[in-house]
Amino acid sequence: MHATASNAATGADRADESARTAKDSRNDLLFGWALKACALLVLLALVGAAASTLWLGMDAFHTFGWGFLTSAAWDPSNDQYGALVPVMGTIGTALIALVVAVPISFGIALFLTEIAPQWLRGPVASAIELLAGIPSIIYGMWGLFIFAPFVAAHIKPWLMNQFSADPPDGKVSWLVQHVPGLARFFSSEYPFFGAGVLTAGLVLAVMIIPFISSVMREVFQTVPTRLKESAYALGSSTWEVVWDIVVPYTRTAVIGGVFLGLGRALGETMAVAFVLGNTFKFSWSMLETGSSIASTIANQFGEAQGLQRSALMALAFLLFVVTFIVLLIARLMLRRLATKEGR
Amino acid sequence: MSTSLYTTRRVKNILAMAFSILATAIGLFFLVWILWETLSQGLAGLKPQLFTKITAYREEGGLANAMVGSLILNVLGILIATPIGVAAGTWLAEYSRRSRLGPTIRFLNDILLSAPSIVLGLFVYTIVVLPSKYLTNGDVTFSGLAGGIALALIALPVIVRTTDEMLRLVPGTLREAALSLGVPQWKLTMQILVRSARSGIVTGVLLALARISGETAPLLFTAFGNNFMTFNPLDKMPSLPQIIYEYTKDPSPDINTLAWAGAFVLTMFVLALSLIARFAFSRSKVSHD
Repeated sequence: MHATASNAATGADRADESARTAKDSRNDLLFGWALKACALLVLLALVGAAASTLWLGMDAFHTFGWGFLTSAAWDPSNDQYGALVPVMGTIGTALIALVVAVPISFGIALFLTEIAPQWLRGPVASAIELLAGIPSIIYGMWGLFIFAPFVAAHIKPWLMNQFSADPPDGKVSWLVQHVPGLARFFSSEYPFFGAGVLTAGLVLAVMIIPFISSVMREVFQTVPTRLKESAYALGSSTWEVVWDIVVPYTRTAVIGGVFLGLGRALGETMAVAFVLGNTFKFSWSMLETGSSIASTIANQFGEAQGLQRSALMALAFLLFVVTFIVLLIARLMLRRLATKEGR
Repeated sequence: MSTSLYTTRRVKNILAMAFSILATAIGLFFLVWILWETLSQGLAGLKPQLFTKITAYREEGGLANAMVGSLILNVLGILIATPIGVAAGTWLAEYSRRSRLGPTIRFLNDILLSAPSIVLGLFVYTIVVLPSKYLTNGDVTFSGLAGGIALALIALPVIVRTTDEMLRLVPGTLREAALSLGVPQWKLTMQILVRSARSGIVTGVLLALARISGETAPLLFTAFGNNFMTFNPLDKMPSLPQIIYEYTKDPSPDINTLAWAGAFVLTMFVLALSLIARFAFSRSKVSHD
C-alpha cells in the first residue's frame, strides 16, 4: 500500500515508517496497560480495605468467636470486647435517620420536580445540595453545641412526657399504660442530657437528606412527560400523578437512593462522634446514650493496643462489609433504572 | 356523591402539596441554621492570631499550623489521586469497551465513592503507618504522607467518575477523525480526548478537593496531628478538621471558640470550592452523589 502510494517512496522511508508503526503499537500497548493498572487500583482499594481490617481483626474474632457479635461487653480494663452495643447504635441511628430523612427528601424532590415554579427550582436545588457540601465535622460541632441542648430542652422532655414510664411532669400517659413495651424505647437515665441515639439519628438525617433528595429528583425527572401529561389530561391531580405515575415508574431507583443514604448514614463518623455519648451499656431506649462502630473507632483507636486494637479492626471489618452490601444493593437498583432508560 | 369524591381528592392533593412545601422548608431551615451558627460563632472567634500563631499556645494561639498542614495534606492527596484517577477514568471510558472488567470497576468505583472514610483510614494505617515502623526502630510513625495517601483514596473515585463521564461525552467522530489520520491511540487519548474533556476533569478535581478538605476520620490514624508547624511530609502533621475535632472535645470554652473559628474558615473554604467547581464550569454538568 505504501509502495503504490508514491513512486518517490524510497526503501529507507518505508523502513522508517514500519519502525514507527511498530513503535506506535508498542506504545499503545504499554499505555493501555498503564491505564488498566490504575483502574485496577480502585479494585485493590476495596479489597485491601476489607482484607487489612479482617487480617488485623482476626485476633479478636479468634478470641471471642461468634460471641463477639452477641456480647454487650466492651471493657478495655478486663480486655473483654463485644460488638453488640456499637452495632445496635450504628443500626439504630441509621434507621432513625432514614425514617426522618426519607419522607422529607421525598417532599423536597416532589417540590423541585412538580410544584415549584420553574425559576425557583434551580436555586432551591442548589441550596439543598449545599447541605451535602458542609464537612461532617461541622455537623458534629453543631450537633454537640447547638442541637443537643435544643433536644434536651424541647424534644426530649416532650417525648418522655408522652411515651416514657417515668415522665418529667409525673403523669404517666394513657398510651404508656395501655401499650406494653412502649416505654422501654423512651427511658432515659439522664433526662436533661441532650446526647443520645435519637439526637445522633436526627443529625444524620439532616446529613443524608441532600443525598436522597438529589437521587429522587434526578430519577423523577426521567419519567416521560408524555406519561404525566396523559394522566393530567384524564383529570388527575398533581398528587395522583406523583403517586400513581411517577413513583411506580421510578420505584427501584427511589429505593436505590434510600439505600445510598443508608450507606452514608452507617459509615458516618464525625457527625455522630460527639452526640452519641460514647457509652457501652446496652439499652433499647433511643433517648439513652450509646455508641456506633465508627465513633468507637474514632474515640479509642488512638490509644488502643493489643486485643482492643484488634477488636476495633474487627468492628471496622463488620462496618465495611455491611456498608458494602447496602451500597451494592443501592447501585444495582440505580443501575436497573439506567438500563431501562437506555442511556 | 361525586362531589364528595372530588373534595377528598382535592384535600388529599392540598395536603400533599403542603407537606412537600413544608419538607423543603425544613431542609432549608437546617441549612440556614447550621450556616448561621458557623458564621456567628465563627466570626466571634476570628482574630488575626488565628492565621499567625500555632496550636501549641492553646488559648493564646491560633490555627496556623493546622491550616498549613491541611494545605499540604490536600495537595498531597490531589497530587496522588489526579494522575491515577484520570488514567483509571480514561481506561474505563476508552479501553474497557469489550471487557467485563470495565463495568465491574465502574460499579465498584461508585461503591468506593460512598465507602466509610474511617475504614479507608484504617486501611492506610495498616499498609503505610504499621510497616513504616520497620524503618524507624519499632516506633509507630504517623506521617503527613500517610494522611495524603488516605485522602487520595477518598478523592480517587470522584476523579475516576468525572473523567469517565466527561470522556464519554466526547463525540465519537472526533476519535474516528483522528484514527483515520493514523494517530496512535495513546496520542489520540492524551492530546485530543483528555484535552477536549479538560474543563470537566478540572471540575472533578475541584470537587474531589472540596470533598477531602473536610475529611477528619481518615486523618486521625494516619497524619495523627501535631501542635507545631511542620512542612515535612514524613512528620506527624496537623490538619484543620482534626484540630477542630480535638478542640470541640475540649472542656475549655475558649478552646471551643477557636474550634468555631476554624470551622468557619473550613466551611467557607469548602463551600467556595464547590461553588467554583459547579458554576465556573457549569457548561459541563456531572452528577456526584
